[in-house]
Amino acid sequence: MLHTSDRAAFQQLARDELAALYALARRLTGRDAEDLVQEALLRACRSFASLRDRRAGGQWLRVILTNVWRDGLRKDSRAPTEVPLDDVECFSLYRTLVEEDPLPYSDTLHLDFLGGFSEDDVHTVLQRLPPLYRAPLVLRYMEGFPTKQIARVLELPLGTVLSQLHRGRKLFERALWDYAAESGAFAGSAATREDASWSR
Amino acid sequence: MEPMISCAAAVERLWAFLDHELDDHDHRAVEAHLAFCRRCCGELEFAKHLRRLLATSGAGQLPAGVRARLDRFIDELAPTAGEGGTA
Repeated sequence: MLHTSDRAAFQQLARDELAALYALARRLTGRDAEDLVQEALLRACRSFASLRDRRAGGQWLRVILTNVWRDGLRKDSRAPTEVPLDDVECFSLYRTLVEEDPLPYSDTLHLDFLGGFSEDDVHTVLQRLPPLYRAPLVLRYMEGFPTKQIARVLELPLGTVLSQLHRGRKLFERALWDYAAESGAFAGSAATREDASWSR
Repeated sequence: MEPMISCAAAVERLWAFLDHELDDHDHRAVEAHLAFCRRCCGELEFAKHLRRLLATSGAGQLPAGVRARLDRFIDELAPTAGEGGTA
């Protein structure tokens, strides 16, 4: 139970951070984002009194949401714990683009290839990654968490997080390539800078 | 004299290099490699663009209906003493 001033402060914080929390939840889960935000707010409300620096409230809420997601993942027996990565380890999107040359009329192949991905495309590609490898990428490169903090939040050794980040990046590169290849737009009749788009 | 590393070793460390997460020895080794290897400089630039693609990709807007439901949830979640609620 919160005192009146705390209640107002919590509600204000929660409302200010709703969009950011929902975005993080959507990146982590891809689905059930609303449920995850509710669960995180519930947990946050219960421990709001322990928040010493209210200016850090946004970060505090994002950590709680990540904790809730992590706990849910541990309970989910369907969640994969390991992924065979032998073929991905050797994959380089940079080299693959040079070798396969999917945009033969482009003078800036690598940039144009990446420019073919809309925000929705990138979201879809990320969701193809196993959560184990997606979460560190999301927390590091979208949320800006330092690696040591990611290790604390996910309750993993730092070396494990660094390894997951490395493999996550490889998987992301591979997934970008596969997604673009599936679009059927490679080396089409007008595979130019302006026409590069991998959207469905 | 900085330690010499191969292209494969340099490329494997590029993201960590950009993240400033290599130890001094490895950081200097990658730096020294990039000073003479044009191909790996291309890989470095590409890695920067990939990071940017990740960082700037949104997760979509918060839909109005979801915001409205979450707003109601927040109202019910944080009652003061003497009020009801779900907390």
